[in-house]
Amino acid sequence: MATYDGLFETLGLETWCGGGATDGPMTMAELLARANGSQAAEGADPSVPLMQTPFPSLDALNRSCAAIPRSRDMTEAVENGFLSVKDPLKTVLDPLTQPLSWMLDLSLELFQDIPWFIMIPLLVAATWFASRRIGVTLFVLVSFLFMAFIDYYDDAIRTLSIIFVCTIVSIVLGIPIGIAMSRSNALQRTVIPILDILQTLPTFVYLIPLIYLFSVTESKIYGIAIILYAVVPVIRLTDLGIRLVDRDVIEAADAFGMSQRQKLWGVQIPLALPNIMAGVNQTIMMSLAMVVIASLISAPGLGVKVLAGIRNLELGVGFVAGFCIVLLAVLLDRSTKAALSRIDASVRS
Amino acid sequence: MSGEGDVKVAIRRLYKIFGPNPKTMMRHVEGGMCKTDLLEQYNHVLGLQDINVDIRAGEITVIMGLSGSGKSTLIRHLNRLIDPTAGEVLVDGENVLDYGDARLAKLRQNTMSMVFQKFALFPHQTVLANAGMSRRVRGERAEIADTEGRRWLSRVGLDGYEDHYPGQLSGGMQQRVGIARALSSDSEIMLMDEAFSALDPLIRTDMQDLLLELQRELHKTIVFITHDLDEALKIADHLVILKDGTIVQQGEPQEILLQPNDPYIVDFISDINRARVLRVRSVMEVTDRAGEGVAGEVEADTNLERVIALSGGDTNLNYRVMEDGRQVGLLHMRDLVRALVPVEAASEDRRVA
Ligand SMILES: Nc1ncnc2c1ncn2[C@@H]1O[C@H](COP(=O)(O)OP(=O)(O)O)[C@@H](O)[C@H]1O
Ligand SMILES: [Mg+2]
Repeated sequence: MATYDGLFETLGLETWCGGGATDGPMTMAELLARANGSQAAEGADPSVPLMQTPFPSLDALNRSCAAIPRSRDMTEAVENGFLSVKDPLKTVLDPLTQPLSWMLDLSLELFQDIPWFIMIPLLVAATWFASRRIGVTLFVLVSFLFMAFIDYYDDAIRTLSIIFVCTIVSIVLGIPIGIAMSRSNALQRTVIPILDILQTLPTFVYLIPLIYLFSVTESKIYGIAIILYAVVPVIRLTDLGIRLVDRDVIEAADAFGMSQRQKLWGVQIPLALPNIMAGVNQTIMMSLAMVVIASLISAPGLGVKVLAGIRNLELGVGFVAGFCIVLLAVLLDRSTKAALSRIDASVRS
Repeated sequence: MSGEGDVKVAIRRLYKIFGPNPKTMMRHVEGGMCKTDLLEQYNHVLGLQDINVDIRAGEITVIMGLSGSGKSTLIRHLNRLIDPTAGEVLVDGENVLDYGDARLAKLRQNTMSMVFQKFALFPHQTVLANAGMSRRVRGERAEIADTEGRRWLSRVGLDGYEDHYPGQLSGGMQQRVGIARALSSDSEIMLMDEAFSALDPLIRTDMQDLLLELQRELHKTIVFITHDLDEALKIADHLVILKDGTIVQQGEPQEILLQPNDPYIVDFISDINRARVLRVRSVMEVTDRAGEGVAGEVEADTNLERVIALSGGDTNLNYRVMEDGRQVGLLHMRDLVRALVPVEAASEDRRVA
């Protein structure tokens, strides 16, 4: 006898229900309870005090009426639903995302194959040309020498390689989407909620469908996780940047008969560039945040070291790897911000 | 290409209603509903109402009205930055509302150029690139754009500023770039929306003089918008006065001053220095009679202030009015003094038909 028996009796649904609870897949909790020989989980006590009346949830109702699915049946249905669309989805997504695997693998090989005595000067030179700031450039040099000295250079360079690829892909995808959004209010209204979801969803939640869809041995699985997360700011800020371009200037472009294309490349993009670059900066920072978490699904790099620190309780490894991540974050942020302020100066001089 | 004085742009029965359903509102407006009623009852803004203007080639047509009277809306119909709810805009006899995108782009690139109140220069391009922009837009070579840009920058007095950015220049200089940009497109029509309103008074006067000087040489068809009556009277060949989206009076500025047909205009013109604005031509008696006791000769275009100074304030004198060395009339000082008194609420006999 369960709490809601009376309910089904008064509704005259007993025949539809077909008696008490059925067997079926069990939750871990139920299995444990059964193994311990207790039947407490059934809650068959007819004299449940009023204060402990269970909510009429799936499980509680199921105890009185077998036709009603249990919570576990529901999650199983979701699982089956997902599994049934998985194969068609996979046939579409697999070839589409395959180039990402190639790019990630190629870049990883390239970054690792270039010897340190070429790579470090290359990075320092790149920083100098982007930022023209001695301080930032020196900081990059010292950071990499330090990481190399403590034998964390290889992991750092792997992390950097992944960020490099994911940022480029995010820009290539994000800027056109942002441009399209800036031109159509309807598109903006549909895309913004999606971006909100991508940005607010806890990062772990991304990983679940990805694990089902793709093999963990493929690099694209972490590439996709990172890009889905990191592409958001560049889309947002491209859209915003173009919409913020002075209306009067746009009107002047129209009044002199500029075509849509001339206006886009000659006026809107150049004037939105500071905002777009701010988006790129955030995209880089978010790639870094995600590449660490993505070590859970086989992304190589510093994240692996942090993970090892947690798993094996190697406190020191975790700390030092974490410190290297901070170094990478600061140097990426500083050098892109310095580059950004140069663009800013040239647009607004 | 039309000859001087021909109608270059004709605006015919033009209406503009802002709101979600402008076409259906036309019924109410044609039925005589006024701007406030339309706003209160149907929440639509009546921007322009039954506008008819002939803009003549080689002249400066000034559209004047208070803020919110629909001036910017009107001028933007000429190059279709705004499309009307009803009516026609004929440029050289062609209705621009029939134009497709490509033809419209050609009109904007070749036939009409525009100068803006807030300059609207491209902040990321040099002054020279801005000045030659109109050429580059229509696909002309960079050298041509630069040569033309340089030529017109020099013409508006900005030699040596080619490599500056607009943000580095003062407001007056930025608007000179704006004018150079419009001129270098070599268009026959120039639209100027409160082009000098954002400038300091002294600089504004300079710019007005520059415009008049350029116009003497170039004979463009200029549509100039302003809310400043002194500015309007200084540069207008044809003056259109706009109020709440309708034209209250249009004509030769002197004529409007002497024969205002609406209390609104009487109010408007009550504060100006009439002696400086009115010219001998407008107050003289048209005759080739020699006249008795003529004190001297004055040119028809002289303003009354100069004549008063000449006469030493004596109201009994008469002057012979000359133009191109021929007598065109007689000026009686008494008429002159009478013309200086602002018209009270227009009396029937002075009202124009
Ligand atoms: N896009 C629009 N939507 C609604 N009302 C408008 C719009 N543009 C202009 N108006 C209205 O039309 C009138 C004329 O505006 P405008 O042409 O800018 O005046 P002006 O240039 O003479 O100051 C104003 O009452 C203004 O509020
Ligand atoms: Mg205006």
